[in-house]
Amino acid sequence: MPLLEAQGISKVFGKLTALDGAALTVGENEFHGLIGPNGSGKSTLMKCVAGAEVPTTGKVSFINTDITAFTPTERARAGMSLKFQITSVLPTLTLYDNILLALQAHCSLFDLVLSRTRRKLHDQVMTMLTQFRLADRAHDAAAALSHGQQQWLEIAMALAGKPRLLLLDEPTGGMSLEERRVTGELLQPIKQHCSLVIVEHDLDFIRDICDRLTVLDQGKVLASGTVAEIQANKNVQEIYLRRA
Amino acid sequence: MGGASEAVARVGEEPDVVTGESAPAARAPAGQASAGWKVLPIVEGLVLLIALVLPWVLQDYLTVFATRVVILALFALSFDLVWGYAGIMSFGQALFFGAAGYGVALMARDLNVTSILLILPAGTLIGLTAALLLGGFLLLGRYPSSVIFVSLGTLTGSYAADRLARGWYYLGGQNGIPSIPPLTLGSYEFEEGPVYYYMVLGILVVVYLLCRFLVRSQFGLALAGLRENEQRIAFFGYKAQHLKAIIFAVGGTIAGLAGSLYAFHEGFVWPNMLGVVFSTQVVLYVLFGGSGTLIGAVIGTVIIEGVSFWLSDNYRDVWPIILGVLLLLVIMFRPLGLISFVLGERERVGSFGKGPKASKEAGNAAP
Repeated sequence: MPLLEAQGISKVFGKLTALDGAALTVGENEFHGLIGPNGSGKSTLMKCVAGAEVPTTGKVSFINTDITAFTPTERARAGMSLKFQITSVLPTLTLYDNILLALQAHCSLFDLVLSRTRRKLHDQVMTMLTQFRLADRAHDAAAALSHGQQQWLEIAMALAGKPRLLLLDEPTGGMSLEERRVTGELLQPIKQHCSLVIVEHDLDFIRDICDRLTVLDQGKVLASGTVAEIQANKNVQEIYLRRA
Repeated sequence: MGGASEAVARVGEEPDVVTGESAPAARAPAGQASAGWKVLPIVEGLVLLIALVLPWVLQDYLTVFATRVVILALFALSFDLVWGYAGIMSFGQALFFGAAGYGVALMARDLNVTSILLILPAGTLIGLTAALLLGGFLLLGRYPSSVIFVSLGTLTGSYAADRLARGWYYLGGQNGIPSIPPLTLGSYEFEEGPVYYYMVLGILVVVYLLCRFLVRSQFGLALAGLRENEQRIAFFGYKAQHLKAIIFAVGGTIAGLAGSLYAFHEGFVWPNMLGVVFSTQVVLYVLFGGSGTLIGAVIGTVIIEGVSFWLSDNYRDVWPIILGVLLLLVIMFRPLGLISFVLGERERVGSFGKGPKASKEAGNAAP
């Protein structure tokens, strides 16, 4: 049974059909890339899965549960996490507090008011910051970070709740080549406990990191398969050549 | 793919490339030592000191005025929690203030209850109940309510309560409820003057400290997240609507406490206490002093009320215009309020990661 199964997803904005019966299946511990030309519906499909958009039709199942009508909070509590396309770290808070904020999301109100988990979570905060190479800036405001570092912080925040599925919308957007390479390194260890769906324009990055790919074109699934299968697919080559 | 896997192994084994350390956790809290909590306690201490000596230097009628200002500062704290810390634009905070005022006035008029031991709990309970009802309706939807919906909803609630009080004979209509007897404790009566002043100042200090504890707690961090990006924290799994309803109820409780003290201090209640006038006034106190800093709310109240008092005495005809321009200037050029002249952004937002362990380590790390 796959971890995530989205079937027949359509999304209509007024007269624009962003998605037209799209589907996405992701297995346990699988890194799955979602690619396609601009306007093909990648981000919209991601948002429908994450709960940021409600699909017009279709069904999303996650760990054998129909989550189509779940709010983002309910999806997060079910084990799903999202990193937005536009970085949305909390700029005035320190890096430490950004991570702590993400980590304490499942604490009870009583624990939060009495700060009972602050000490317990300290080591976890520092471990996350160390893992994402941000420990030396723990007490700087997040706004002071470079764009690439903000992306890493945001990925660390998205991972803080130990999700079973992480959705990353353009994690390397605006990054230098070196930062992209490091991002790939940072993501690999999470495979042991988490599946990943990545929307990304950088096809080299996708090729390096993903096990399977789904290609969207004009709101529909053009192809889905392993990286090698997709690379050999004539239709996929055609749409990328057509728009190049 | 293989290269990436090898890279993973390296990330786990090697020292951090940026810091050059493999265990930065141990030294990180040292950064907290330099965070510097300097200005805020000094300002708070100074304000408290001035507040403590006021009755000794002021004439009696000014002590009565100062008592009113202290009660209004308590009211301002309630709005600051809701707006300054949680980002909920409540344009109807006076609803809770006035409802409690009317409630305790009725207790005194119809039931002859004036004991402080009953009046203050009753006032807070009325504020809490009203805030739970209105907050439940406005904030507890399945999806987050828009700022416009909440601000118009609270505004309408406050306006409707004002109109209701004006038209309801039982509540005294336009005139409100006059001649409320003094608060009592046993056979002692709290008359206007230094005793009433110190009593409300004591309550303000206790409530202030409780609020300070709350906003510096992990709950305060969740509020900061709520204020800055409600959608983001919902994706972490926070029940954002619940957090909002809770802090809204806490704000209503404090407003209720302030309203009951105000009713007994003034000796009467009138419809404005429930309506748009007081609701807007409290917004101005907080914006003027500096929202998101508890002391800013107190300072804003003191300055606006003090300047209004002085201007109305000396420039009887034009004082509302002068005050209006003054408020506009501060809001345009100092959007973070007067407190931002002395308080930096870093200290205003604060740091929440100071667990007992972290503080200890920071203490050890500091020279």
